[in-house]
Amino acid sequence: MGPVADTWWWPFVMILVAGWFATDVWRWIGVFAGGRLREDSEVLIWVRCVATALVAGLISKLILFPQGILAETPLWLRLVATGLGFGAFFLSRQRVIVGVLAAEVCLIGGWLLLDRVG
Amino acid sequence: MSPPDGVAAIDDADKNLPGRIWMFRGARAAISVPALILTAAFIGYAGLARESGLSLAETLAMTGLIWALPSIVVLTGALNSGMGLIPAAIAVALASVRLMPMTIAFLPLVKIPGKTKTWQLLIASHFVAVTAWVFAMKNLPSYPKEARLPFFVGFGSALTGFVFCMTGIAYLVVERMPDVVAGALVLLTPVYFLCSLWGAALLNADKVAMAAGLVLGPIVFLVAPGLDLLWTGLLGGTAAYFGTRFMRRGFS
Repeated sequence: MGPVADTWWWPFVMILVAGWFATDVWRWIGVFAGGRLREDSEVLIWVRCVATALVAGLISKLILFPQGILAETPLWLRLVATGLGFGAFFLSRQRVIVGVLAAEVCLIGGWLLLDRVG
Repeated sequence: MSPPDGVAAIDDADKNLPGRIWMFRGARAAISVPALILTAAFIGYAGLARESGLSLAETLAMTGLIWALPSIVVLTGALNSGMGLIPAAIAVALASVRLMPMTIAFLPLVKIPGKTKTWQLLIASHFVAVTAWVFAMKNLPSYPKEARLPFFVGFGSALTGFVFCMTGIAYLVVERMPDVVAGALVLLTPVYFLCSLWGAALLNADKVAMAAGLVLGPIVFLVAPGLDLLWTGLLGGTAAYFGTRFMRRGFS
Protein backbone atom coordinates (compact mmCIF):
# COMPACT_ATOMS: atom_id res chain seq x y z
CA MET A 1 0.00 0.00 0.00
CA GLY A 2 1.36 3.41 -0.92
CA PRO A 3 1.58 6.44 1.35
CA VAL A 4 -1.74 7.73 0.12
CA ALA A 5 -2.19 10.50 2.70
CA ASP A 6 -1.97 11.44 6.37
CA THR A 7 -5.44 12.90 6.72
CA TRP A 8 -8.68 11.44 5.45
CA TRP A 9 -9.59 14.55 3.47
CA TRP A 10 -6.33 15.20 1.58
CA PRO A 11 -6.97 12.58 -1.13
CA PHE A 12 -10.33 14.24 -1.79
CA VAL A 13 -8.67 17.64 -2.20
CA MET A 14 -6.32 15.98 -4.68
CA ILE A 15 -9.25 14.38 -6.51
CA LEU A 16 -11.18 17.67 -6.67
CA VAL A 17 -8.30 19.91 -7.77
CA ALA A 18 -5.84 17.63 -9.59
CA GLY A 19 -8.58 15.32 -10.87
CA TRP A 20 -11.93 16.98 -11.42
CA PHE A 21 -10.77 20.53 -12.15
CA ALA A 22 -7.69 19.53 -14.19
CA THR A 23 -9.91 17.37 -16.40
CA ASP A 24 -13.15 19.33 -16.71
CA VAL A 25 -11.37 22.63 -17.38
CA TRP A 26 -10.48 21.31 -20.87
CA ARG A 27 -14.11 20.40 -21.52
CA TRP A 28 -15.20 23.92 -20.45
CA ILE A 29 -12.58 25.54 -22.68
CA GLY A 30 -13.87 23.32 -25.47
CA VAL A 31 -17.43 24.55 -24.87
CA PHE A 32 -16.39 28.20 -25.16
CA ALA A 33 -14.12 27.60 -28.16
CA GLY A 34 -16.54 25.29 -29.98
CA GLY A 35 -19.58 27.52 -29.52
CA ARG A 36 -18.43 29.76 -32.35
CA LEU A 37 -17.99 27.04 -34.97
CA ARG A 38 -20.53 25.98 -37.56
CA GLU A 39 -21.34 22.32 -38.02
CA ASP A 40 -20.19 22.27 -41.65
CA SER A 41 -17.16 24.57 -41.45
CA GLU A 42 -13.69 23.65 -42.72
CA VAL A 43 -12.21 24.59 -39.34
CA LEU A 44 -14.37 21.96 -37.71
CA ILE A 45 -13.14 19.29 -40.12
CA TRP A 46 -9.60 20.21 -39.08
CA VAL A 47 -10.45 20.15 -35.35
CA ARG A 48 -12.04 16.74 -35.77
CA CYS A 49 -8.88 15.52 -37.53
CA VAL A 50 -6.79 16.75 -34.60
CA ALA A 51 -9.09 15.09 -32.04
CA THR A 52 -9.16 11.84 -34.03
CA ALA A 53 -5.37 11.71 -34.48
CA LEU A 54 -4.97 12.42 -30.77
CA VAL A 55 -7.24 9.56 -29.68
CA ALA A 56 -5.51 7.30 -32.23
CA GLY A 57 -2.15 8.23 -30.69
CA LEU A 58 -3.52 7.27 -27.29
CA ILE A 59 -4.65 3.90 -28.70
CA SER A 60 -1.25 2.93 -30.06
CA LYS A 61 0.44 4.08 -26.84
CA LEU A 62 -1.88 1.88 -24.78
CA ILE A 63 -0.93 -1.09 -26.96
CA LEU A 64 2.82 -0.45 -27.35
CA PHE A 65 3.51 0.86 -23.83
CA PRO A 66 0.79 -0.67 -21.64
CA GLN A 67 0.53 -0.24 -17.88
CA GLY A 68 0.40 -2.92 -15.23
CA ILE A 69 0.32 -6.64 -15.87
CA LEU A 70 -0.25 -6.34 -19.64
CA ALA A 71 3.29 -4.95 -19.99
CA GLU A 72 4.57 -8.46 -19.24
CA THR A 73 3.14 -9.92 -22.44
CA PRO A 74 5.36 -9.85 -25.55
CA LEU A 75 4.78 -6.90 -27.88
CA TRP A 76 4.19 -9.16 -30.90
CA LEU A 77 1.31 -10.90 -29.09
CA ARG A 78 -0.41 -7.59 -28.35
CA LEU A 79 0.07 -6.46 -31.97
CA VAL A 80 -1.20 -9.74 -33.42
CA ALA A 81 -4.22 -9.70 -31.08
CA THR A 82 -5.05 -6.10 -32.00
CA GLY A 83 -4.55 -6.71 -35.74
CA LEU A 84 -6.71 -9.82 -35.61
CA GLY A 85 -9.39 -7.92 -33.71
CA PHE A 86 -9.41 -5.05 -36.22
CA GLY A 87 -9.51 -7.57 -39.09
CA ALA A 88 -12.45 -9.40 -37.52
CA PHE A 89 -14.17 -6.04 -36.99
CA PHE A 90 -13.92 -5.41 -40.74
CA LEU A 91 -14.96 -8.88 -41.83
CA SER A 92 -18.03 -8.72 -39.57
CA ARG A 93 -19.16 -5.54 -41.35
CA GLN A 94 -17.83 -3.32 -38.57
CA ARG A 95 -19.33 -4.90 -35.49
CA VAL A 96 -17.26 -3.69 -32.54
CA ILE A 97 -18.12 -6.64 -30.30
CA VAL A 98 -16.72 -9.14 -32.83
CA GLY A 99 -13.45 -7.21 -33.08
CA VAL A 100 -13.05 -6.95 -29.32
CA LEU A 101 -13.83 -10.62 -28.71
CA ALA A 102 -11.43 -11.78 -31.45
CA ALA A 103 -8.60 -9.70 -29.97
CA GLU A 104 -9.30 -10.98 -26.45
CA VAL A 105 -9.46 -14.64 -27.50
CA CYS A 106 -6.14 -14.23 -29.32
CA LEU A 107 -4.48 -12.49 -26.36
CA ILE A 108 -5.71 -14.91 -23.70
CA GLY A 109 -5.02 -17.97 -25.88
CA GLY A 110 -1.52 -16.80 -26.74
CA TRP A 111 -0.79 -15.85 -23.13
CA LEU A 112 -1.85 -19.23 -21.71
CA LEU A 113 0.11 -21.01 -24.45
CA LEU A 114 3.28 -19.01 -23.69
CA ASP A 115 2.84 -19.70 -19.96
CA ARG A 116 2.73 -23.41 -20.65
CA VAL A 117 5.75 -23.36 -22.99
CA GLY A 118 7.80 -21.00 -20.81
CA MET B 1 -21.93 -1.22 -34.38
CA SER B 2 -25.63 -1.44 -35.04
CA PRO B 3 -27.61 1.78 -34.65
CA PRO B 4 -29.39 2.20 -31.32
CA ASP B 5 -33.10 1.77 -30.92
CA GLY B 6 -35.21 4.36 -32.64
CA VAL B 7 -32.61 5.72 -35.06
CA ALA B 8 -34.49 4.45 -38.07
CA ALA B 9 -37.86 5.49 -36.70
CA ILE B 10 -37.29 9.23 -36.58
CA ASP B 11 -39.75 11.33 -38.52
CA ASP B 12 -40.84 14.94 -38.49
CA ALA B 13 -43.43 14.42 -35.76
CA ASP B 14 -40.62 13.48 -33.35
CA LYS B 15 -39.15 16.96 -33.57
CA ASN B 16 -41.70 18.37 -31.16
CA LEU B 17 -41.30 15.76 -28.42
CA PRO B 18 -40.32 17.23 -25.04
CA GLY B 19 -36.69 17.04 -23.90
CA ARG B 20 -37.33 14.50 -21.16
CA ILE B 21 -38.57 11.98 -23.72
CA TRP B 22 -35.32 12.41 -25.62
CA MET B 23 -33.35 12.09 -22.38
CA PHE B 24 -35.12 8.83 -21.67
CA ARG B 25 -34.41 7.59 -25.20
CA GLY B 26 -30.76 8.54 -24.77
CA ALA B 27 -30.61 6.61 -21.50
CA ARG B 28 -32.14 3.61 -23.26
CA ALA B 29 -29.59 3.85 -26.07
CA ALA B 30 -26.86 3.63 -23.42
CA ILE B 31 -27.77 -0.03 -22.89
CA SER B 32 -25.27 -1.09 -25.52
CA VAL B 33 -22.16 -3.06 -26.32
CA PRO B 34 -19.84 -0.04 -25.88
CA ALA B 35 -21.29 0.49 -22.39
CA LEU B 36 -20.49 -3.12 -21.47
CA ILE B 37 -16.95 -2.81 -22.79
CA LEU B 38 -16.39 0.43 -20.89
CA THR B 39 -17.80 -1.21 -17.75
CA ALA B 40 -15.35 -4.08 -18.13
CA ALA B 41 -12.49 -1.60 -18.48
CA PHE B 42 -13.59 0.15 -15.26
CA ILE B 43 -13.86 -3.21 -13.47
CA GLY B 44 -10.21 -3.65 -14.40
CA TYR B 45 -9.53 -0.20 -12.96
CA ALA B 46 -11.33 -1.06 -9.68
CA GLY B 47 -8.81 -3.87 -9.20
CA LEU B 48 -5.92 -1.48 -9.82
CA ALA B 49 -7.35 1.13 -7.41
CA ARG B 50 -7.76 -1.43 -4.66
CA GLU B 51 -4.24 -2.75 -5.09
CA SER B 52 -2.98 0.85 -4.97
CA GLY B 53 -4.57 1.31 -1.55
CA LEU B 54 -7.34 3.71 -2.57
CA SER B 55 -10.53 3.58 -0.52
CA LEU B 56 -13.92 2.83 -2.06
CA ALA B 57 -15.00 6.48 -1.65
CA GLU B 58 -11.85 7.75 -3.36
CA THR B 59 -12.22 5.29 -6.22
CA LEU B 60 -15.84 6.29 -6.80
CA ALA B 61 -15.11 10.04 -6.47
CA MET B 62 -12.49 9.72 -9.22
CA THR B 63 -14.79 7.68 -11.45
CA GLY B 64 -17.68 10.15 -11.23
CA LEU B 65 -15.80 13.45 -11.09
CA ILE B 66 -13.06 12.86 -13.67
CA TRP B 67 -14.87 10.48 -16.04
CA ALA B 68 -11.96 9.82 -18.38
CA LEU B 69 -10.14 6.57 -17.79
CA PRO B 70 -6.59 7.56 -18.82
CA SER B 71 -6.71 10.62 -16.53
CA ILE B 72 -8.04 8.48 -13.67
CA VAL B 73 -5.15 6.05 -14.09
CA VAL B 74 -2.68 8.96 -14.03
CA LEU B 75 -4.15 10.41 -10.82
CA THR B 76 -4.16 6.98 -9.18
CA GLY B 77 -0.43 6.77 -9.83
CA ALA B 78 0.04 10.30 -8.45
CA LEU B 79 -1.92 9.58 -5.25
CA ASN B 80 -0.04 6.37 -4.78
CA SER B 81 3.41 7.92 -5.09
CA GLY B 82 2.54 10.81 -2.74
CA MET B 83 2.97 13.39 -5.50
CA GLY B 84 2.19 17.03 -4.61
CA LEU B 85 -1.01 18.76 -5.63
CA ILE B 86 0.47 20.94 -8.39
CA PRO B 87 2.61 18.27 -10.13
CA ALA B 88 -0.35 15.87 -9.98
CA ALA B 89 -2.67 18.51 -11.45
CA ILE B 90 -0.21 19.14 -14.29
CA ALA B 91 0.16 15.42 -15.02
CA VAL B 92 -3.62 14.94 -15.11
CA ALA B 93 -4.14 18.10 -17.17
CA LEU B 94 -1.63 16.81 -19.76
CA ALA B 95 -3.48 13.50 -19.93
CA SER B 96 -6.79 15.35 -20.41
CA VAL B 97 -5.88 17.93 -23.08
CA ARG B 98 -7.43 15.67 -25.71
CA LEU B 99 -10.86 16.41 -24.24
CA MET B 100 -10.65 20.00 -25.52
CA PRO B 101 -10.55 19.31 -29.30
CA MET B 102 -13.05 16.49 -28.75
CA THR B 103 -15.46 18.92 -27.06
CA ILE B 104 -14.92 21.55 -29.77
CA ALA B 105 -15.72 19.01 -32.48
CA PHE B 106 -18.77 17.77 -30.56
CA LEU B 107 -20.29 21.14 -29.68
CA PRO B 108 -21.71 22.30 -33.04
CA LEU B 109 -23.66 19.03 -33.19
CA VAL B 110 -25.73 19.91 -30.12
CA LYS B 111 -25.65 23.70 -29.94
CA ILE B 112 -28.54 25.66 -31.44
CA PRO B 113 -27.17 29.22 -31.75
CA GLY B 114 -29.21 31.71 -29.76
CA LYS B 115 -31.23 29.00 -28.02
CA THR B 116 -28.99 26.55 -26.18
CA LYS B 117 -27.83 27.91 -22.79
CA THR B 118 -24.12 27.80 -21.99
CA TRP B 119 -24.68 26.15 -18.60
CA GLN B 120 -26.51 23.30 -20.36
CA LEU B 121 -23.49 22.78 -22.60
CA LEU B 122 -21.10 22.92 -19.63
CA ILE B 123 -23.05 20.15 -17.90
CA ALA B 124 -23.26 18.05 -21.06
CA SER B 125 -19.53 18.49 -21.68
CA HIS B 126 -18.71 16.50 -18.54
CA PHE B 127 -19.83 13.36 -20.37
CA VAL B 128 -17.38 13.95 -23.24
CA ALA B 129 -14.98 11.02 -23.09
CA VAL B 130 -14.13 8.54 -25.81
CA THR B 131 -17.16 6.23 -25.49
CA ALA B 132 -19.86 8.91 -25.43
CA TRP B 133 -17.98 11.08 -27.93
CA VAL B 134 -17.69 8.31 -30.50
CA PHE B 135 -21.35 7.50 -29.99
CA ALA B 136 -22.32 11.15 -30.39
CA MET B 137 -20.24 11.76 -33.53
CA LYS B 138 -21.66 8.65 -35.15
CA ASN B 139 -25.30 8.79 -34.14
CA LEU B 140 -26.36 12.33 -33.19
CA PRO B 141 -26.39 13.69 -36.79
CA SER B 142 -29.36 11.41 -37.54
CA TYR B 143 -31.49 13.05 -34.81
CA PRO B 144 -33.37 16.36 -35.04
CA LYS B 145 -31.23 19.17 -33.69
CA GLU B 146 -33.56 19.97 -30.74
CA ALA B 147 -33.34 16.35 -29.59
CA ARG B 148 -29.57 15.97 -29.60
CA LEU B 149 -28.62 17.70 -26.34
CA PRO B 150 -31.22 15.99 -24.09
CA PHE B 151 -30.55 12.69 -25.86
CA PHE B 152 -26.82 13.01 -25.22
CA VAL B 153 -27.30 14.02 -21.56
CA GLY B 154 -29.57 11.02 -21.06
CA PHE B 155 -27.02 8.76 -22.71
CA GLY B 156 -24.11 10.21 -20.75
CA SER B 157 -25.74 10.17 -17.33
CA ALA B 158 -27.08 6.64 -17.74
CA LEU B 159 -23.65 5.43 -18.88
CA THR B 160 -21.82 7.23 -16.06
CA GLY B 161 -24.31 6.06 -13.44
CA PHE B 162 -24.12 2.43 -14.52
CA VAL B 163 -20.33 2.37 -14.75
CA PHE B 164 -20.11 4.18 -11.37
CA CYS B 165 -22.22 1.49 -9.67
CA MET B 166 -20.40 -1.39 -11.34
CA THR B 167 -17.02 0.06 -10.39
CA GLY B 168 -18.13 0.19 -6.74
CA ILE B 169 -19.46 -3.37 -6.84
CA ALA B 170 -16.28 -4.62 -8.51
CA TYR B 171 -14.16 -2.88 -5.86
CA LEU B 172 -16.06 -4.66 -3.09
CA VAL B 173 -16.44 -8.07 -4.70
CA VAL B 174 -13.31 -8.78 -6.71
CA GLU B 175 -10.65 -9.82 -4.23
CA ARG B 176 -7.71 -10.45 -6.52
CA MET B 177 -7.92 -10.92 -10.26
CA PRO B 178 -5.89 -13.60 -12.05
CA ASP B 179 -3.10 -11.99 -14.13
CA VAL B 180 -4.57 -13.12 -17.44
CA VAL B 181 -7.97 -11.60 -16.64
CA ALA B 182 -6.46 -8.32 -15.43
CA GLY B 183 -4.30 -8.08 -18.57
CA ALA B 184 -7.21 -8.91 -20.86
CA LEU B 185 -9.26 -6.12 -19.27
CA VAL B 186 -6.42 -3.66 -19.93
CA LEU B 187 -6.23 -4.62 -23.63
CA LEU B 188 -9.99 -4.19 -23.94
CA THR B 189 -9.84 -0.38 -23.95
CA PRO B 190 -7.45 0.21 -26.90
CA VAL B 191 -9.02 -2.45 -29.11
CA TYR B 192 -12.47 -1.10 -28.40
CA PHE B 193 -11.30 2.49 -29.03
CA LEU B 194 -9.68 1.37 -32.30
CA CYS B 195 -12.82 -0.25 -33.71
CA SER B 196 -15.26 2.42 -32.54
CA LEU B 197 -13.08 5.33 -33.66
CA TRP B 198 -13.02 3.87 -37.16
CA GLY B 199 -16.78 3.38 -36.98
CA ALA B 200 -17.25 7.05 -36.04
CA ALA B 201 -15.09 8.37 -38.91
CA LEU B 202 -17.40 10.41 -41.11
CA LEU B 203 -14.99 11.56 -43.82
CA ASN B 204 -11.83 10.27 -45.45
CA ALA B 205 -10.07 13.03 -43.50
CA ASP B 206 -11.04 11.32 -40.22
CA LYS B 207 -9.70 7.96 -41.39
CA VAL B 208 -6.40 9.42 -42.59
CA ALA B 209 -6.10 11.34 -39.31
CA MET B 210 -6.64 8.11 -37.41
CA ALA B 211 -3.91 6.29 -39.33
CA ALA B 212 -1.55 9.23 -38.85
CA GLY B 213 -2.23 9.29 -35.11
CA LEU B 214 -1.66 5.54 -34.75
CA VAL B 215 1.78 5.84 -36.36
CA LEU B 216 2.83 9.17 -34.83
CA GLY B 217 1.64 8.51 -31.25
CA PRO B 218 4.41 6.18 -30.11
CA ILE B 219 7.10 8.04 -32.09
CA VAL B 220 6.24 11.42 -30.55
CA PHE B 221 5.97 9.75 -27.13
CA LEU B 222 9.57 8.53 -27.41
CA VAL B 223 10.83 11.90 -28.65
CA ALA B 224 8.84 14.24 -26.40
CA PRO B 225 6.91 12.53 -23.59
CA GLY B 226 4.47 14.70 -21.65
CA LEU B 227 2.78 16.77 -24.31
CA ASP B 228 3.11 13.91 -26.81
CA LEU B 229 -0.62 13.36 -27.37
CA LEU B 230 -1.24 17.02 -28.12
CA TRP B 231 1.61 17.09 -30.66
CA THR B 232 0.41 13.84 -32.20
CA GLY B 233 -3.03 15.37 -32.67
CA LEU B 234 -1.77 18.66 -34.07
CA LEU B 235 0.81 17.16 -36.44
CA GLY B 236 -1.14 14.10 -37.57
CA GLY B 237 -4.49 15.88 -37.69
CA THR B 238 -3.18 18.88 -39.63
CA ALA B 239 -1.33 16.68 -42.13
CA ALA B 240 -4.45 14.56 -42.62
CA TYR B 241 -6.63 17.64 -43.03
CA PHE B 242 -4.48 19.31 -45.69
CA GLY B 243 -3.74 16.03 -47.48
CA THR B 244 -7.39 15.15 -47.86
CA ARG B 245 -8.41 18.76 -48.51
CA PHE B 246 -6.09 18.75 -51.53
CA MET B 247 -7.76 15.51 -52.69
CA ARG B 248 -11.20 17.05 -52.23
CA ARG B 249 -10.72 20.44 -53.79
CA GLY B 250 -7.21 20.90 -55.15
CA PHE B 251 -5.48 24.15 -54.27
CA SER B 252 -8.65 26.19 -53.73
